[in-house]
Amino acid sequence: MGEDADRGGVSSVGVAACIQRPGSYSFLFCGPWRLVQPCRQSTGPRATMPGKLKARIVAGRHLPVMDRASDLTDAFVEVKFGNTTFKTDVYHKSLNPQWNSEWFKFEVDDEDLQDEPLQITVLDHDTYSANDAIGKVYIDIDPLLSNEAAASLSGWFPIYDTIHGIRGEINVMVKVDLFNDLNRFRQSSCGVKFFCTTSIPKCYKAVTIHGFVEELVVNEDPEYQWIDRIRTPRASNEARQRLISLMSGELQRKIGLKVLEMGGNAVVGYLQCFDLEGESGLVVRAIGTACTLDKLSNAATSFLPPCSSPSKDLKEVPFSEDPNPVTHSSGPSTPLKNQTYSFSPSKSYSRQSSSSDTDLSLTPKTGMGSGSGGKDGGPLKALYRQQTQSAFEHREFPFFTLTTFPPGFLVHVGGVVSARSVKLLDRIHNPDEPETRDAWWAEIRQEIKSHGKALGCHAVVGYSESTSICEEVCILSASGTAAVLNPKMLQDCSMEGCSEHRLSRQPSFFSTGSEKGEFDFFLQCQDSASLLGLDDASSLGCSFCHIPYDELNMPFPAHLTYCYVCRKQKVPDVLFTTIEPPLEAAITGKGCLIQARLCRQKKKTQGEANATAISNLLPFMEYELHTQLMNKLKLRGMNALFGLRIQIAVGENMLMGLASATGLYVTALPAPGGIQVAGKTPSDSSYDQHIANIQKKINDLIVKNREIYEINPPEILDELLGSPIPETRQRSRLFRSHSESSDDVPELDLSHGKKDAFVLEIDDTDAVEDIQSLLTDASTPSGFYSCNTEVMPGINNWTSDLQMFTSVRVFRLNNVTSLTSQGLNKTFSDVCENLLKTLYFKLRSMVPCCLCHVNFNVALPEDELIQVAVTAVALTFDKDQTPYIKVGTDKTLSRASAENEEQLQFTLELCMESQATQSTALFSPAKAADISESGHLQAVSPAIQTDRCSSWIEFIKQKAQTIRRGSIKTIASLDKASPLAEAHARHRSPISCATSTVTVVEMTPLSFIPGAKIIKYLGIINMFFIRETTSLREEGGVSGFLHAFIAEVFAMVRAHVAALGGNAVVSYIMKQCVFMENPNKNQAQCLINVSGDAVNFVKESDVEYASTQAQGSGLQAGNGSGDIVA
Amino acid sequence: MAVELDVFVGNTTLIDEDVYQLWLDGYSAGDAVAIRIKRGILEQTGASPDVLESDTMDHYRTFQMLERLLHSPPKLINQLLFQTPPSMQSMLIEKYYTFDEPFVREVLGKKLSKGTKKDLDDVSAKTGITLKSCRRQFDNFKRVFKVVEEMKGPLVENIQQNFLLSDQLAGDYAAVVFFANNRFETGKRKLQYLTFEDFALCAEQLIQNWTLGAVDSNVDDMDVDLDREFLQDLKDLKVLITDKDLLDQHKSLVCTALRGKVSIFNEMETNFKNLSRALINIAAKLIHTKDVRDLFIDLVEKYIEPCKSDHWTSSDVGAFLTQYTNAARALDAFKHQALWERYMCTVKSCILKMYHD
Repeated sequence: MGEDADRGGVSSVGVAACIQRPGSYSFLFCGPWRLVQPCRQSTGPRATMPGKLKARIVAGRHLPVMDRASDLTDAFVEVKFGNTTFKTDVYHKSLNPQWNSEWFKFEVDDEDLQDEPLQITVLDHDTYSANDAIGKVYIDIDPLLSNEAAASLSGWFPIYDTIHGIRGEINVMVKVDLFNDLNRFRQSSCGVKFFCTTSIPKCYKAVTIHGFVEELVVNEDPEYQWIDRIRTPRASNEARQRLISLMSGELQRKIGLKVLEMGGNAVVGYLQCFDLEGESGLVVRAIGTACTLDKLSNAATSFLPPCSSPSKDLKEVPFSEDPNPVTHSSGPSTPLKNQTYSFSPSKSYSRQSSSSDTDLSLTPKTGMGSGSGGKDGGPLKALYRQQTQSAFEHREFPFFTLTTFPPGFLVHVGGVVSARSVKLLDRIHNPDEPETRDAWWAEIRQEIKSHGKALGCHAVVGYSESTSICEEVCILSASGTAAVLNPKMLQDCSMEGCSEHRLSRQPSFFSTGSEKGEFDFFLQCQDSASLLGLDDASSLGCSFCHIPYDELNMPFPAHLTYCYVCRKQKVPDVLFTTIEPPLEAAITGKGCLIQARLCRQKKKTQGEANATAISNLLPFMEYELHTQLMNKLKLRGMNALFGLRIQIAVGENMLMGLASATGLYVTALPAPGGIQVAGKTPSDSSYDQHIANIQKKINDLIVKNREIYEINPPEILDELLGSPIPETRQRSRLFRSHSESSDDVPELDLSHGKKDAFVLEIDDTDAVEDIQSLLTDASTPSGFYSCNTEVMPGINNWTSDLQMFTSVRVFRLNNVTSLTSQGLNKTFSDVCENLLKTLYFKLRSMVPCCLCHVNFNVALPEDELIQVAVTAVALTFDKDQTPYIKVGTDKTLSRASAENEEQLQFTLELCMESQATQSTALFSPAKAADISESGHLQAVSPAIQTDRCSSWIEFIKQKAQTIRRGSIKTIASLDKASPLAEAHARHRSPISCATSTVTVVEMTPLSFIPGAKIIKYLGIINMFFIRETTSLREEGGVSGFLHAFIAEVFAMVRAHVAALGGNAVVSYIMKQCVFMENPNKNQAQCLINVSGDAVNFVKESDVEYASTQAQGSGLQAGNGSGDIVA
Repeated sequence: MAVELDVFVGNTTLIDEDVYQLWLDGYSAGDAVAIRIKRGILEQTGASPDVLESDTMDHYRTFQMLERLLHSPPKLINQLLFQTPPSMQSMLIEKYYTFDEPFVREVLGKKLSKGTKKDLDDVSAKTGITLKSCRRQFDNFKRVFKVVEEMKGPLVENIQQNFLLSDQLAGDYAAVVFFANNRFETGKRKLQYLTFEDFALCAEQLIQNWTLGAVDSNVDDMDVDLDREFLQDLKDLKVLITDKDLLDQHKSLVCTALRGKVSIFNEMETNFKNLSRALINIAAKLIHTKDVRDLFIDLVEKYIEPCKSDHWTSSDVGAFLTQYTNAARALDAFKHQALWERYMCTVKSCILKMYHD
């Protein structure tokens, strides 16, 4: 394939630039890397040198003592990218070395830039023996490849060693110069932005939401290679870290390519996961939603004449802030070349043949090409039909990983759809052809799709995938919410996305997420709703509850009533979803976290038998979890679940199920009935008494809960309410399936058969225990709320105080086999309850406060061990709320209008400014680097000013300033001084005085920061760490070990964000925390994978200040791209 | 069911000041839980003992990890591992370096050696402070001592820069370092009535006036050692007691000035020569290291106790010392005015501070 020759060419560049290293050393540190080389295969023609990566090593501090004799260290640094390595001089006898190295320059192609991390190794020089490694820093270059993001990063990074943890810090500066040559066939997808956030990121608007993208890559796990027997644990860990880093880089690049082919420029709701399949390999897979995003400051473009030519010259339009001109180069002329990729035999494309027939019509039936033609004008239609169609064909799976949508986008919600499949892992013989894994997922996705269809829905939103692996058995799960989306919007979107003429169609875009955008879409949603003939239901906040399926031909037995808000459409009595409560939804009262927990024993078996046993258990588990959820929901007097996430974990002799969701009372749905307890039919008086007692307890609890959660629904006509103990049946929106059950096997009846779902029959001991556990679920202490959605509806006045945390617990069950299934359940339930109680206790100083985005992860790492990990954020809010408004609609509306007022002003201001800036921008292009740097400084500093002022660290600040100023000097060089640039300079000077060496970086699983405005997204953070110890006792046992490791992971995330110029990570998630111990050998190992979006925010109190900045940075981004194009 | 592992890590490090104090006081995690329960936290919060235990363990682990950084406070504020607000950082540092009065009175002036450290269990038994806490406090003394011992420039500032302590605490450490370096005797029974605060003020006076740094801050020496030359010169003051004329003249000047102004005039008049001899003999002996160590015991035995037995009030002592110092200026035959002032001002301040019950 010409690869060898190609690689040869590259490596010769490498050799030329490489500084010779001592042989002994190169064996030690390069050896393992060579093993992972196969995954760096590349195909097709490639650009010779589209980019230059520059790195400079400034200084180190707090280094460990490496020479016992002198209590000092002779440190030097190796900087490696691809096959090229540079070294700094040895800085003798210091724990705070000042290398001040030159700029090391790597000439690389952009594909490498995306895949490879910059690897910095700090070593202790030893004249006589091999140099000792102190630790490493891996820097992901990807955030620097987007034109609008920072073009450089600089800061202190913790030096990390997989055996010793953090050992001092190193100050590094990195710059990337990209030479865009867009007409070339691309292997890279530089410039496609990735967001973990599952909504349209603030400060962007969605021009188009293209749809689902997925990819997976497979490799051998270095831990299981033969070489692992002879290499050190450190070498093995580092090989693994690097391999995963490479694989996720590759994965991201490939997903990026798919996005470009779809005509998008961003992936939102990007979720990347690792499956550690042990012997059979390592799978990295990702899903996301491809979008075309526009920076919001682009609003100004609508004032300008539309770009006249439909060709690819959009980037030449000087005012365009499209961060990603490359988007337009990937039009129809770009051949689909996925077939040549080494690891992904382009599933979606190859399957087009099968999917483009009848079934494809799950995408909006309203007709893609033809429907849009009328609106958009004939000639264009013909031109872009091909593209439009291909865009829809990508929607083989009409899935969206988003959980929050622009109002008007989500028309109806059908219910939760989920699918599971039990698979036996076999060795992946050829990593280049991961078909089996692909096929497995395709199968599950097909199932989800058909479930959605059965619910009368053409799309699945809030979609996610997960796995649980134990030995050779793997459970694959997927779930989402079946929904009907606004076909007009979808179709317009895709049309727009393919059309270069979108500038002219500005008014019909919907935009979302951003505060600035809200004004737009608020008007638009009404507008589009009326267009759709949906009357004004969407503005009432009830339309999403209206059933999408045919009333006469319901997919399951359901009890329908007329909507309690609009009284026109039918609604179900309960609604389960995996999404966030829609912004426009009318909610009564507040909500709470509801969990269903379940343990099931299974026999220890192998292979097929094991898989079959698990498959047989799964439906019952789903059923029980569902029952628990339903009962707990009723008990709280609520009628809807949002953010539902069901996790099934598999162990050697157990299966565990944990369902978490946020219960709410949706105003449009009927009030839930009570729970009636029924005893055995032949009964005596004492038994009746007992039943009556339980019944009373339940009734009291429901009343109490309604008080706690302020559920006072508006009075409703009696005939609509029905009897206090309704005869309604439980209706399930929960679909499940597993591979063993083919489609024609009748669906498991989750509607509880003939039984009345709300009647709990105490006819056996199980039921008694069930009720006991129902009643003993501790309520949240006063002052606390909790939910697993982003925020709690009904609480609006958040303060800016937030605390993100991770808590991990491992429990050992003694004699699992001797425990009854109920006993197991109770144990597991206690574990979760206790964990929550501890959180409430620890965070008591933050009261009144709400635990948001509470994310539980359960695992069964060993025979008798249960591991529970929780990540959440505690947000405080003002107690003095505005008087409680009973009907949510009013609140939402008033909130929206209030926001509109202030935002309108802001928007106008912005438009004026950006018009002004356009003129200046044209004449005085300042360098992108300078701009982003100054923008960053300004943005960070307000926070710093308030957060960090302490007189006694003055002298350290001073030092820091000099360093910072130095960095600015090297980067900043204004070509010409424009009035605006001068304004910037003025702003900068007073601020830099307040900088300290450590930037405060907030971390939150939410997509926003309360009381603050996100002004810039700086790139995705996706980090994977391994930590191992052979001195577990000395490090404080398992708890001490993991405590330190989690703290280190946080520190490394913060350092990377700060180096990018950010001050927060949003949509932070700890995707994996795999902990293994061997106390007998005094050893433990842990793997942690985290991700999130690095952002820059300003506090709302400084909003005046921020508005000037936002303009500034907007202008600068524009300049930046202009500069590069020129 | 047994909890194998239980951790809680916040992005902003969660620190409970009460638990921190318990940790500093050297209580084990188990003891700390018991103490917290005794203080009624369970009733206040409705938590269960296992929740409290888990919380206490988390904090103890955090403190253990922080301790390494607390040994070098500038590291703490520049480290990346624990994100803590500056106010919390300064609290952590300040409390870590705060020491107990009973402890410091036991150790003040002793050599900060391994031997002293070995005796800490006695100190612990005597003071009721846990051995762990004693060790921390001792190690703090030693650490500060080692860092600033060889440093040039003002002692308090050096301590402040290297340990980021408050003015007050840095001053206290300066006293500890100064006393340890000069090995002043503070433990004798007769000195037991003196508080650390008394000694700290004396140390401040001595540092300000009697060290090399006192004369010239640019000099290549430190605040921790007394000015040898000055001590050498002090024997010249002996003329005030050896020269009979000078002594009489001095006495009459003081008596004239104080007549009717102090209640103990008669006692003063009869004792003048003894008191003057005592003060000047102390000065003359200071050239011997041994006598430097005994400075405070000498001041108490030779001056403070005689005055106390004659029921001098504090203001009497103040008035006498002021006149005693001033009167020497009027003695034409006395040629060591500067030396006299340097000696007497300091001694006066020290005596006044030490003159209480």
